[in-house]
Amino acid sequence: MNNAAIDLSPTDWNGKIMQKRIASRYAAERRFKAMGFIAVALSTLFLAFLLFTMLGQGLRGFQRTEIAVEFDFPALTSGATAASVTGPNADAALNSMDIPGLVELAIGQQYAGMGDSLLTSAAAANVRQMLADDPDLVTSKHILWLPADSRLDVAFKRTGEPIAEKTVAALSERDALRTGFNWTFLTGADATDPSAVGIWAAFKGSLMTMAITLLLAFPVGVLAALYLEEYASKNRLTDLIEVSINNLAAVPSIIFGLLGLAVFLTMFGMPRSSALVGGLTLALMTMPVIVIAGRNAVKSVPPSIREAALGIGASPVQVVFHHVLPLALPGILTGTIIGMARALGETAPLLMIGMRAFIPAAPEGFTDAATALPVQIYLWSDEVNQGFVEKTSAAIIVLLIFLLGMNALAIYLRNRFETRW
Amino acid sequence: MGFVFGGIPPVWVQGGNVKFMTGTALLFLVLGLGLIGWIFGRARASGFVRKAKGGPRGAVNSLPYYHGWFVAICAVAPALLFMVIWQSVSPSLVTNMVLSAPIAAELPQDTFARAAILSEARAIAQGFQTTAFQDMSDKLVPLYKGALSYYKWLGVAATLLLFFAGGAYAFTRLKPDFRARSKVERVIMFGLLLASLIAIITTLGIFASLIFESWRFFSMVSPFEFLFGTDWNPKSVVTPGEANGYGAIPLFWGTIFIGAIIAMIVAIPLGLMSAIFLTQYASSTVRKWMKPILEILAGVPTVVYGYFAALTVAPAVRDFAVMLGVSNAASDNALAAGIVMGVMIIPLVSSMSDDSIAAVPNAMRDGSLAMGATKSETIKQVLLPAALPGVVGGILLAVSRAIGETMIVVMAAGYTANLTANPFDTITTVTVQIVALLTGDQDFGSPHTLAAFALGLTLFVTTFFLNYAALRVVKKYREAYE
Repeated sequence: MNNAAIDLSPTDWNGKIMQKRIASRYAAERRFKAMGFIAVALSTLFLAFLLFTMLGQGLRGFQRTEIAVEFDFPALTSGATAASVTGPNADAALNSMDIPGLVELAIGQQYAGMGDSLLTSAAAANVRQMLADDPDLVTSKHILWLPADSRLDVAFKRTGEPIAEKTVAALSERDALRTGFNWTFLTGADATDPSAVGIWAAFKGSLMTMAITLLLAFPVGVLAALYLEEYASKNRLTDLIEVSINNLAAVPSIIFGLLGLAVFLTMFGMPRSSALVGGLTLALMTMPVIVIAGRNAVKSVPPSIREAALGIGASPVQVVFHHVLPLALPGILTGTIIGMARALGETAPLLMIGMRAFIPAAPEGFTDAATALPVQIYLWSDEVNQGFVEKTSAAIIVLLIFLLGMNALAIYLRNRFETRW
Repeated sequence: MGFVFGGIPPVWVQGGNVKFMTGTALLFLVLGLGLIGWIFGRARASGFVRKAKGGPRGAVNSLPYYHGWFVAICAVAPALLFMVIWQSVSPSLVTNMVLSAPIAAELPQDTFARAAILSEARAIAQGFQTTAFQDMSDKLVPLYKGALSYYKWLGVAATLLLFFAGGAYAFTRLKPDFRARSKVERVIMFGLLLASLIAIITTLGIFASLIFESWRFFSMVSPFEFLFGTDWNPKSVVTPGEANGYGAIPLFWGTIFIGAIIAMIVAIPLGLMSAIFLTQYASSTVRKWMKPILEILAGVPTVVYGYFAALTVAPAVRDFAVMLGVSNAASDNALAAGIVMGVMIIPLVSSMSDDSIAAVPNAMRDGSLAMGATKSETIKQVLLPAALPGVVGGILLAVSRAIGETMIVVMAAGYTANLTANPFDTITTVTVQIVALLTGDQDFGSPHTLAAFALGLTLFVTTFFLNYAALRVVKKYREAYE
């Protein structure tokens, strides 16, 4: 019974030192776990903060401030009739009415002394459109709600310049201000006046660029994936192709822009800032993504399918195109959509090939000068005018909605068609 | 004049479309005729099949549609090939024809003036331009019009001739025992190989164009000055006596400072700890929800991050700096760009760490836990050291991604080259300068523009080696545990 002589305290579970040590180890455990939680929480918070900032500012971009302007059309137009502004001569009749002059006159009469620019630069075009849509307007007196100038718009929604604030206060007193939905933003093109800008031109440019990208990158990517996964023998050339594809997938996007500038524009002399060149450049960037996704999808088709097809007499080409490709297609499509979503958000290569020009109208063809949605966001973010802040955020919301939609589609496809062999 | 600038002049639109349509129209014509060839070939082969009914099995070697494809390919492929070659050859043929006319002798001898007149005359003849700014061009317009239409119709005729010759040849070869399938499959295999070669061609194209333009740059500016000089101040118009520095050290430093230091200080702890928390601690429900949310961070376009950095983060950082007592805090400071870039990189670091931690054999983890180590002790002393090569590989990839990132720094970081370690100061990067050099008026061939390609080459080589090293490290480490 010499136990008392041995000091058991360091390993005695009930001893004070041991208890203390265990407590400190458990505390370290809790601290570590908390750090992990904080890391995840911080990342999520950042994302939430980013999205809320964009939403908070951007939603205002879809609204516009409108001013009530009374038009006494019979007096102003010296007796134009509904019949005179309809039919084949409507354009000429509307042109002869000098609508910008009418608007100026009406504003001068009703809001004298409130500053010279109450309305947006597109107001006359709006009035013209209203008259063209509803010719009966010219026969009587009407109150038309016209979009306000950008400075008043900012002052009405948030706080603007002191002068604009004063004008807004005066207008509000007369109940001449209201908030309406900004259709111009969805249908218009770039402009110097933030209250007259729209994203349709940029959006159409993006769609056309994406069409070229998809048309080139998808077939090439799928065929290359099939070749590498199904037919390529292990040799130097195949190794070189694999290294190239893996390298291309990691090359910074701006390098593709330099390639597009040096090869497509300078060497081949293709039209600058066109959707064609943009699409070609982005296709080179997207192709490796599709190849890598395609190879994984093809790889996941079990060999028994190939062996069965070969066994009943199909040729190697028939095996792949009749059996492997249809089974791998959902996976390939998922990868393609993700690659296209990345291309849709890409800005830097498009800047390099000159898609940053001021484009006041939507492009008509693939060789016309065009811009793309992310480039438009970049251009607007550079503007000094306060009115562009909410437009930039609104354009970001549109872009994010499309990206989210594409990713959701990819996830849906994956869940719907994924086969577990 | 107001009208001309207010809207696109209608003539331009018409001319542009007319020119665009002829090529496209011919393409669709050839493809449509190819479809007819396909139908004819298939119909002929179906005839063989009907005739052979009741006869020995395999009397007709290939299915009818393979015969159709054989005819279509034989007809369309040479025609399309010719169209591509004709597109690149015909412009110089047209110019030669115009120059051989007697009136061309009046052209100025100066190469530059001559080229200007020729290109203007061509633009007018094609309808891209309405009025001539040089008198000489007007005289050449009818010549150009004639030459253009002559060679255009020559091209169309030759294309159609090739098409019908190819189609007729293929059609006559169709026989019941003709091996149409193996012929068609050989073409398909060739197409597959061609598609895979595009990756090599692209890589070579990138490399060749960067090398070529950089070589032109280095014939004007010494590589030594570019790589080791500390004065970056390129000007598009060189004024004698004024400094026009092409020393890129401040850019390299700025790129490393923002992309490899500030961004990584944010991304490595957050990404690594997120991966550890989600794989080791979180319940499966939390993991199922949080992983996609983290992945959204990687899916947000960089232009959005850039806007957010410039609009929200940068002013906040500056206010913070002023609060600390830093007097010269810039609004386009390095810290804001670096932080936002770090957040963008978090998912990349997190998923790479996730993969490498998952690759550590379970026996190691179980052994550690069985010895009485707590979870965090196991992670810190067993899992992380074992997974370190994979994590390092992931970090290398993240650095390569960060230094190639453009939009965040273009929008949030500055344009002034600055050799400073003060995160509140403005600082510029390689990618920002590429964008700055290539926007605005460009004179292709001046060192000012070509410098962008030299910077691009540096970036390409750096990211290539980073990616290569990362893949090597990860691969080696995977092998160690397999």
